[in-house]
Amino acid sequence: MKHDITFTVNDESYSIAVESHHNLLRVLREQLVLTGTKNGCSEGECGACTVLLDGEPVNSCLVLGVEADGHAITTVEGLAVDGHLAPIQQTMVELGGTQCGFCTPGVLIASHALLLRNPDPSEAEIRAGLVGNLCRCTGYVRIVDAVREAARMQRTSVSPIP
Amino acid sequence: MQPFDYIKPQTLEEASALLLQHNGQARPFAGCTDLLIRIERGFVHPQVVVDVKDLPGVHDLLVVRNGDLRIGAAVTMNQVALNPTVQSGWPLLAEGCGSVASYQLRNRATVGGNLCNASPAADSAPALICYGASVHIFGPDGPRTLPLEAFFLGPGRTALQAGELLTAITVPFVRGSAGHFLKLGRTTIGDISLMNVAVLGWPDSDVPSGSSWRIALGSVAPTVIRAPEAERLLSQDTSPAGLEAASQAAAAAARPIDDIRATAAYRSDMVRVLTRRGVERVLEEIGG
Repeated sequence: MKHDITFTVNDESYSIAVESHHNLLRVLREQLVLTGTKNGCSEGECGACTVLLDGEPVNSCLVLGVEADGHAITTVEGLAVDGHLAPIQQTMVELGGTQCGFCTPGVLIASHALLLRNPDPSEAEIRAGLVGNLCRCTGYVRIVDAVREAARMQRTSVSPIP
Repeated sequence: MQPFDYIKPQTLEEASALLLQHNGQARPFAGCTDLLIRIERGFVHPQVVVDVKDLPGVHDLLVVRNGDLRIGAAVTMNQVALNPTVQSGWPLLAEGCGSVASYQLRNRATVGGNLCNASPAADSAPALICYGASVHIFGPDGPRTLPLEAFFLGPGRTALQAGELLTAITVPFVRGSAGHFLKLGRTTIGDISLMNVAVLGWPDSDVPSGSSWRIALGSVAPTVIRAPEAERLLSQDTSPAGLEAASQAAAAAARPIDDIRATAAYRSDMVRVLTRRGVERVLEEIGG
């Protein structure tokens, strides 16, 4: 059954009809064609589908699309501002925190959210913050490096990206 | 995924009527973190899912007049685990809720949902049982309240009757208590419990050892269970010898199974080890 919802995605407002049994991930990928967010395990383990719901990271495979009504979503497509990569995006590129890239959108969103709530995380805090994002390529070392470097950039930046 | 409809009722009466009217084919949900997986895998086939997140009081997380903590049915694991009042007054509960899966999952998963799924491995349940929590239920006959220990009937089975839903949890404040939740997973953090132990102790001048105890064990029986003999032994004696006897009594209370995550023998032995560690840590804090 279809339900009309109005929500914002990356600061743009959308009014669309969604099937009640479609998850937010499917709505984002198939109706809004925002295919940056990935479908990995479909059960909240891998984190590839992580998006921000009202500023907090969630697994979009475990959110119904209809539940997004009235809420604000941020996907990986919304991290860059006016064509400028967010710090975590820059450092992931520079430090080689991405290989096959499938987990990367979820890692970026989860890392971005971690830095919003904790601007100076320890390695243990970074690893705990990313425990819900599985990467089978990097061994995590360079991802942790990238998050630590992004934190440093954000703390020392004169005009931090919001 | 098989199609189903979605309804978000505004009153408890409406929610209860919806659950009743669909005769088992309607499922309440809050965080979606278990229900959607079960639907996807074909374990359940609801015609309707009933979103409880607009019902009155379900987002409450507050200390009520007599000092108890009240947790509405839609309060998330992170809201509990990261709340300073919970961390200081009910640290055992904050530890249990904070140990569930990942940060993003804890942003959706609810304590109420964790209880209603009635998994023996539910990480919020041992702490709640140690504090003596009660669950508030609303159904066709109105509200009722049950001790949490009476709510769990078996794996995946609760005392909820047709048309009933959990609305809130009340967690008594145990004055002077200290508690720890010790959990074993395949990974240090983020995994489902192979088994877990919650230990709560508080000074009590009426018992020989000077402290009273509650110990709850997860994932070692069809439901989360207490270890009453271990609790009794600790109220008698918290010397190293008493502690060893209590830890063995806790292990003897466990009735685990062999499964994909661990063997029964390993689980029982880890009950002994983690009980001892938990009691030692609590003793350091309450002075014993």
